[in-house]
Amino acid sequence: MKRVYVNEKWCLGCRLCEYNCAFANSGMTDMVKALNNVTINPRIKVEKANGISFAVQCRHCKDPICVRACIAGALHLDEDGVIRIDDTKCVGCHSCVMACPYGAIMPSQKGVMQKCELCLQNSSKEPACVKGCPNHAIVYEER
Amino acid sequence: MAINFIEPLYEVVRNQDRCIKCRVCENQCSNEVHRYDSDLKVMLSDETKCVNCHRCVALCPTKALKIVKSDNCFKENANWTQANMTSIYKQADTAGVLLSSMGNPEPLPVYWDKILINASQVTNPPIDPLREPMETRTFLGAKPKDIVKDKSGNIVNNLPPQLELSTPIMFSAMSYGSISYNAHESLARAATELGILYNTGEGGLHEDFYKYGPNTIVQVASGRFGVNKDFLNTGAAIEIKMGQGAKPGIGGHLPGQKVTADVSKTRMIPEGSDAISPAPHHDIYSIEDLRQLVYSLKEASDYKKPVIVKIAAVHNVAVIASGIARSGADIIAIDGFRGGTGAAPTRIRDNVGIPIELALATVDKRLRDEGIRDNVSLVVGGSIRSSADVVKAIALGADACYIATGALLALGCHLCRSCHLGRCNWGIATQRPDLTKRLNPDVGSQRLVNLIEAWTHEIKEMMGGMGINSIEALRGNRLMLRGVGLTEKELEILGIKHAGE
Repeated sequence: MKRVYVNEKWCLGCRLCEYNCAFANSGMTDMVKALNNVTINPRIKVEKANGISFAVQCRHCKDPICVRACIAGALHLDEDGVIRIDDTKCVGCHSCVMACPYGAIMPSQKGVMQKCELCLQNSSKEPACVKGCPNHAIVYEER
Repeated sequence: MAINFIEPLYEVVRNQDRCIKCRVCENQCSNEVHRYDSDLKVMLSDETKCVNCHRCVALCPTKALKIVKSDNCFKENANWTQANMTSIYKQADTAGVLLSSMGNPEPLPVYWDKILINASQVTNPPIDPLREPMETRTFLGAKPKDIVKDKSGNIVNNLPPQLELSTPIMFSAMSYGSISYNAHESLARAATELGILYNTGEGGLHEDFYKYGPNTIVQVASGRFGVNKDFLNTGAAIEIKMGQGAKPGIGGHLPGQKVTADVSKTRMIPEGSDAISPAPHHDIYSIEDLRQLVYSLKEASDYKKPVIVKIAAVHNVAVIASGIARSGADIIAIDGFRGGTGAAPTRIRDNVGIPIELALATVDKRLRDEGIRDNVSLVVGGSIRSSADVVKAIALGADACYIATGALLALGCHLCRSCHLGRCNWGIATQRPDLTKRLNPDVGSQRLVNLIEAWTHEIKEMMGGMGINSIEALRGNRLMLRGVGLTEKELEILGIKHAGE
């Protein structure tokens, strides 16, 4: 399946991916309306240290331990390979957050957990972080 | 300094209604124009530091920024313009030579814009390049004058070494040092993919780029930086740089801060030392001396590579070119006064040299009149801005064009003309690792390939319109050109008729 891959060599740490993620998942049509005066809570996070930066989000593991850790059956590996969360089932126990080795699952404002679902079901239809990256430091491809 | 006399030329205008305080402008500006005020919860800017490179404008996700010309002005004076006054203030502050980058921005005549191209109608119909073959392949190098046969009547191959280009455009000299590793890699990869050549400039060739040798012109300039036997034998051609259009008559100066470990190794000079190219080649004071260097380089490269001699377009360019055409050089490159640079004294850049259009026309005519046009190919550069300029240059007599500013624009350059500061926000004219990584060669080389492919399509369209199906048939075909708004003298020098004639 196509996954999002990160090449830290070209990551500028500009954080546009975080803002594009937050906008794509906001359900709104205007970025200013969606993000002005909002502390964003994106599903992708830029890690920076010692002059190196890269963006991290869900790796969509083939054998996902977050799914195994979920006590409510909210996390599931879909047939298309994407790990999705059913927020009507999530009980907010944070087990998946503890289990994920990449730190790619986090609580949303609603109290349930959120994670990258590759923007396939939101208004972007393809990963918004990749579309907006100015230096092709994040790519969406088959490997 | 008690009083700052210098007023910022631009204002950074931020639409606070659109700004989402993502701070991309702040983290992308190496000039530290933007900052976030956590008390006021707004982005603020200090326009005194702005060079108008548009990095922030281009990356702002909500298009909240624009840079406008400041209307804060001195009292109007057509003679003592604000630019003239500011120059005086700068020099009174610093006692320094004024420095500038990129090409001459002054409103001097651009002859390309006063030349129009012909098209066929009714008789000699136009050709559709999408349906019929159209040849843009170009060979550069000296052409044999005679057909020589051996004793048994077989033709002897007496063709001197040639460069083959898929289209009559090359990337002209920009050194590693003045531009970044990633900019060089973008040019090298694009040239290889396109079947054209790029030029190392005077900074030597980084060892990683030896693999692009067949598409590389290696340059030998007055500083001889990075010149060695492997370097000479790796390129497809060797260029002797006698002069540069942006700064005829003077050498180059790469500040020590740009001479990083990698640049130092490539240039074969100590790290952190200023790289100063002398104004003359200290071994060249005549055409005979030039001939010695041409043949030294041919000897060193086993007579397998064409030698290019690059000169700036200056007043006596035709005579100089005539000498070069007799020196054994295979190609003459002429750089017009609007050519770019990574750093030049402002007064020289803006006042020395002549337009490439006039230089090309006069050189081509002179070489034809003297019967030595076939001794050399002619390559022209110095602000070739579009495919139309390429077509006009070839019709005036050029074999191919060199582009550099256009190539940098394709890589993201916005002509802020601050290369000499070494803080290029687009990752081109800088050696700072956090800035050079902004130019991903995967993106850069593709943009260059796109540009040259687009120009080649347009060249074919224009040639087709004229009923011409090869660059060969366009070359020196001045009947395909007409001048508009030019004087008799200008038309005479350009060797073209006025529109309507």
